[in-house]
Amino acid sequence: MAIDKSMNVLIVDDYKTMLRIIRNLLKQIDFNNVDEATDGGEAIAKLRAGNFGLVISDWNMQPVSGLQLLQEVRADARLKNLPFIMVTAESKTENVIAAKQAGVSNYIVKPFNAETLRDKIEKVLGHG
Amino acid sequence: MAEAMRVPDDRNAALIANLRAGHPGLTDEAIIAVLRAFLPQVQAGHADAAPSFISAIEDLAETIASTKAEIAALSMDDITGEHIPNASDELDAIVEHTAVATDQILSVCEALDSIAGKLDGEAQSGLQDATTRIYEACSFQDITGQRITKVVGALKAIESKVAHIVYAFGYTREAPPPPPPPGNVLLNGPQLPANAMDQADIDKLLSGMD
Repeated sequence: MAIDKSMNVLIVDDYKTMLRIIRNLLKQIDFNNVDEATDGGEAIAKLRAGNFGLVISDWNMQPVSGLQLLQEVRADARLKNLPFIMVTAESKTENVIAAKQAGVSNYIVKPFNAETLRDKIEKVLGHG
Repeated sequence: MAEAMRVPDDRNAALIANLRAGHPGLTDEAIIAVLRAFLPQVQAGHADAAPSFISAIEDLAETIASTKAEIAALSMDDITGEHIPNASDELDAIVEHTAVATDQILSVCEALDSIAGKLDGEAQSGLQDATTRIYEACSFQDITGQRITKVVGALKAIESKVAHIVYAFGYTREAPPPPPPPGNVLLNGPQLPANAMDQADIDKLLSGMD
């Protein structure tokens, strides 16, 4: 079964530049329904109000971090199975372990390339 | 604190009193630190302990005196009012300039993507591949921004430490604000390449946890 590229994707990052880069890279692989949030608080509100098929989130954001967002998503009965990719410059072992324990679907370290992004999306959506 | 130090006999007490008289800059803590290091030898009756003990005290007194002179020469107003804020402003300006430049590059790149959409075959894929590489490269702005934020944090920590040292030595009556609480241990920002895990390391770690 092919990936449904018409799904809504939420990208979360406090750097506008990164939001723009990820949005454009997603567009190049035919994900055109992309919404944005600039921290975990805005993201969880959008996730609860909308119908998203994938979250791609940074970690280091204020006031609500990507890890806190992930924890809130996994604690929410409706959102708990939502594929969640962390895209972050945090590359210490303890970060990866904490994210995994919180239920992250996959983890991309910045700087990343388009191929890595595509590969991880395919994996978390069950086609990797 | 000085009372907690047990002086072995009157002769050593007199020696300490002489040291204080000769080196008024010596703090109780400094004397106690040296006594703790040398007292076992003095108590054991080593004949060569006393000269080295006195020499150490004198070295310590000189170090303290020169440190105090250096601190007195520091102009805290320059450091906290000019140098560190200027350095922070310059770093903020770097972030702003790179953000503006990256924004322009991305705008051009999006225009090229639009043109690629009107092409086909090798021309389309070649142009789109080029724009992909540019998008990837533009993520430098995020990484450099996070690194600069870390540097600004380090500057502020240095400012706070200097202020506390100056206050501790009595060169200002105004107590500095308490240092900021330690940051979240999981918010480390980008690591230097030698210390960082790459994507392959992370993939391996994650697969080992499945």
